[in-house]
Amino acid sequence: MATTGKVTGIVSNLVTVQVDGPVAENELCQVYLGDTPLLAEVIKVNGDKAAVQVFESTRGLQGGDKVEFLGRMLEVTLGPGLLSSTYDGLENNLATMEGVFLKRGEYTAPLDHSRKWDFKPLAAPGDKVSAASWLGEVQEGWLPHKIMVPFSFKGEFTVKEVAAEGSYTIDETIAVLLDEEGEEVPVTMTQKWPAKIAVKAYREKPRPQKIMETGVRVIDSFNPIAEGGTGFIPGPFGCGKTVLQHAIAKQGEADVIVMAACGERANEVVEIFTEFPELVDPHTGRKLMERTTIICNTSNMPVAAREASVYTAMTICEYYRAMGLRCLLLADSTSRWAQALREMSNRMEELPGADAFPVDLSAIISNFYARAGMVILNNGEQGAVTFIGTVSPAGGNLKEPVTESTKKAARCFYALEQNRADQKRYPAVNPIESYSKYLEYPEICDYLNSRIEEDWVGRVLKAKNYVRRGREMADQINILGDDGVPVSYHEAFWKSELIDYAFLQQDAFDAIDALCPMERQKFMLDLLLDICGREFRFDDYEKCRAFFKELINDLRQMNYSEWESEDFWAYKEQISKQIAENGK
Amino acid sequence: MANKAYQRTYTQLSAITKATVSLHAAHVSNDELAVVDGRLAQVVKTKGEDVTLQVFSGTEGIPTNAEVSFIGAPPSLKVSEQLSGRFFDAYGRPIDGGPEPEGEEREIGGPSVNPYKRRQPSELIPTGIAGIDLNNTLVSGQKIPFFADPDQPYNRVMADVALRADVDKIILGGMGLSNDDYLFFRHQFEAAGALDRIVCFINTTENPPVERLLIPDMALTAAEYFAVDKNEKVLVLLTDMTLYADALSIVSNRMDQIPSKDSMPGSLYSDLAKIYEKAVQLPSGGSITIIAVTTLNDGDITHAIPDNTGYITEGQLFLRADSDSGCVIVDPFRSLSRLKQLVQGKKTREDHSQVMNAGVRLYADAQNAKTKLENGFDLSDYDLRCLDYAKEYATRLLSIDVNIRIDEMLDTAWELFGKYFSPAETGIKQALVDKYWKWQ
Repeated sequence: MATTGKVTGIVSNLVTVQVDGPVAENELCQVYLGDTPLLAEVIKVNGDKAAVQVFESTRGLQGGDKVEFLGRMLEVTLGPGLLSSTYDGLENNLATMEGVFLKRGEYTAPLDHSRKWDFKPLAAPGDKVSAASWLGEVQEGWLPHKIMVPFSFKGEFTVKEVAAEGSYTIDETIAVLLDEEGEEVPVTMTQKWPAKIAVKAYREKPRPQKIMETGVRVIDSFNPIAEGGTGFIPGPFGCGKTVLQHAIAKQGEADVIVMAACGERANEVVEIFTEFPELVDPHTGRKLMERTTIICNTSNMPVAAREASVYTAMTICEYYRAMGLRCLLLADSTSRWAQALREMSNRMEELPGADAFPVDLSAIISNFYARAGMVILNNGEQGAVTFIGTVSPAGGNLKEPVTESTKKAARCFYALEQNRADQKRYPAVNPIESYSKYLEYPEICDYLNSRIEEDWVGRVLKAKNYVRRGREMADQINILGDDGVPVSYHEAFWKSELIDYAFLQQDAFDAIDALCPMERQKFMLDLLLDICGREFRFDDYEKCRAFFKELINDLRQMNYSEWESEDFWAYKEQISKQIAENGK
Repeated sequence: MANKAYQRTYTQLSAITKATVSLHAAHVSNDELAVVDGRLAQVVKTKGEDVTLQVFSGTEGIPTNAEVSFIGAPPSLKVSEQLSGRFFDAYGRPIDGGPEPEGEEREIGGPSVNPYKRRQPSELIPTGIAGIDLNNTLVSGQKIPFFADPDQPYNRVMADVALRADVDKIILGGMGLSNDDYLFFRHQFEAAGALDRIVCFINTTENPPVERLLIPDMALTAAEYFAVDKNEKVLVLLTDMTLYADALSIVSNRMDQIPSKDSMPGSLYSDLAKIYEKAVQLPSGGSITIIAVTTLNDGDITHAIPDNTGYITEGQLFLRADSDSGCVIVDPFRSLSRLKQLVQGKKTREDHSQVMNAGVRLYADAQNAKTKLENGFDLSDYDLRCLDYAKEYATRLLSIDVNIRIDEMLDTAWELFGKYFSPAETGIKQALVDKYWKWQ
């Protein structure tokens, strides 16, 4: 018999329940507000008292109200139809909800149960299969969506029968398997998996081998993120975190994009589902929305579901990864999720860690980042989940628990800088402090050097060095004055400005400049290194400044021009001429 | 709210703090209202039969044998067209001497709009102030605060913006407003002949601070009535949200919660987001735009209140006194409207965004030149031109006293570029330079 209970205490969305039977940590329950069931999750048990966090407002709840335990954890429903959908943190389909306002206790099905999918079998009777083996596929938009043996199946199974090619709903049996005892187990196109548990149905998780292109120069060239890698973007408000994340979502080279809007502004989500259906994926020419799933638990939606939203999003990515696809998960912002943990910990009167966050914050964050990665599936195919999270540090100060914990877990660090944002130098990624650990991986370096050009990584480091030198010179100039330093100092400073303006800065709102393919990045970096490698003769620093300003303007016009167009070459020509005139 | 026969009444308090009282009571709902010794209170915590109530007007003089009667419902507001032109206190009771309005009773602090049912904001709200329209364009459905030190004329600017904006209703939520400021708003609205489209919920410094917690929810419940039921464009003014947050910290402190940064409650982000996220563009055409004020302590935006606000709102308008021009300006560096690209160049002229960026970039160069000057270095010709430009830019465009159309703002900017710079120095796209550059 299912365990039931009675409400004995309420503080905001933390409800204490006296239970009459066994309950599990993270088990779901329904707290009844009259006839309306409100979903909640057990977060602590003490004797016969369970502390549950309710995923909705608890207004009107009373002591003595009935609670029913469901005997399962929060599960994600997986199957064809996830792409181009918009869900809340608990995977309720927001599109099928009625009315303008969210109603308490209204839960909608994640997948369409009446829609028919054209199924093609991939397995045959007699095949030995296990969790995540491919049984067949359906076409979801332009992606082949594999129908798999559910992740929860333990041990080896033998395929008894597979449905013939044809149209089926997600609830129809498409295969019958025999378990080790010879019992028949039916399989449909949909399965469920607990959100907080990592899907491990793959052969191995090697180190990442290649990079995921985003078309953003400061990322791809300067601090590339690996396919199956992890990165994070901390920054004070107003530094362009969201714009950068949206640029990555639009241009990232991935088959599936899952965007988790976790405790952020609702209008940003509206922007995604207003614009993405119109925008075209630069890699496939298909509509962006076809490869995108939005999990949205905006800041005014119930706090407890924020935590659930990032886990739901990750589980969907792992599901598509098991089909041999490249997935990109973007979570904005992981700080809001950490704050949700803090609110709960606070209400449970736990002893706080730094800044009143729970003490296990760091462990929770690194566990989550560890779910990303490139994997070799049991059938030898590859799949990847790349994860980029944003962090919203309080007061823009990076010495706070969420940033510090994330820094330990993520391999790429894109530090957004207030100072750069104030000067409208977007993306405001600090070129010196940011890093990609992947540039230290020999296999990634080999990949880049063979894919782009010989000694590419060396050239990138050289460019970084010009920027660093320029910063040092700028300090000197500021201390000693324009006249107090040799003209060569000005030259070094302006060379770094050249790289900054023409390469690091990128106009995310310009149709052409927003997306810079690797080939074009290589061309520009080579051109800039060529200029920076030259020595010039200037009579004074004014001439130096004027020369470089002119160059910067032409280089920017080049960035705004269509790749290899007439204008593009005209500006290039002009630049060559100027260099020749001023060269030594 | 008179006692009714079936109300449950208790007379034994077990604990009293400055903001809360506790007692034994049965069948109490979370968030329910009660009357404690004649004062309104709300249930904030139940533990078994121990109930803690937050008393809005403070607990001074409440005895342990005070009468407590539960009302059985959360705070609510009666909504109808009769709200128009009226002034209310934090509980929604008239303070203008008029009759109690009639209408449908709605719980305040109700549910959120389904994000999927929202529409992308796309309507420009012109204010005539170039620091806003040119650099930080406002869009209906946006939420944006003024960040200002207490000595800045933020209430005046806000009243100007409200009266110039093309909206159907203006709803003012005043929290900890000085009586003088309250009268100022009242006078401004009356003088503009706008009283019929105004609703005010006012908590002045004379009222107890905890009462302020009701103001935003009251104002927004009224706003939702006009925007959702009547499809109207509603502008909500909230001043001052810093005082609202202070009231939150008082209550959380009295309830022995562990404070996080700057002794604010750990839930500050969610508490503020619940208010600001009520800003919405509805598919039916109605909208709620929120303009708020967050006062700063000596310009410090890293304090928990402005910091959390900045992460929630769609930008901020930063007011500061500019010593060079002698005007109060909308600081172009610290200010931001996140939704501006939804209207710039779409609802305004094509050159808008490039002109804006160039203008700010050159202003930044002027600041660098100023630093050089202060450090006693010689200035280059470019530096000198930047400084002259900055002064004129601040006076003619950034000042809050400016009141012109957006096209005029753009023309003024081109005029300044042409006067002080070469096209290459502005870095504007060649096609736009060819079309708009004003050679001098």
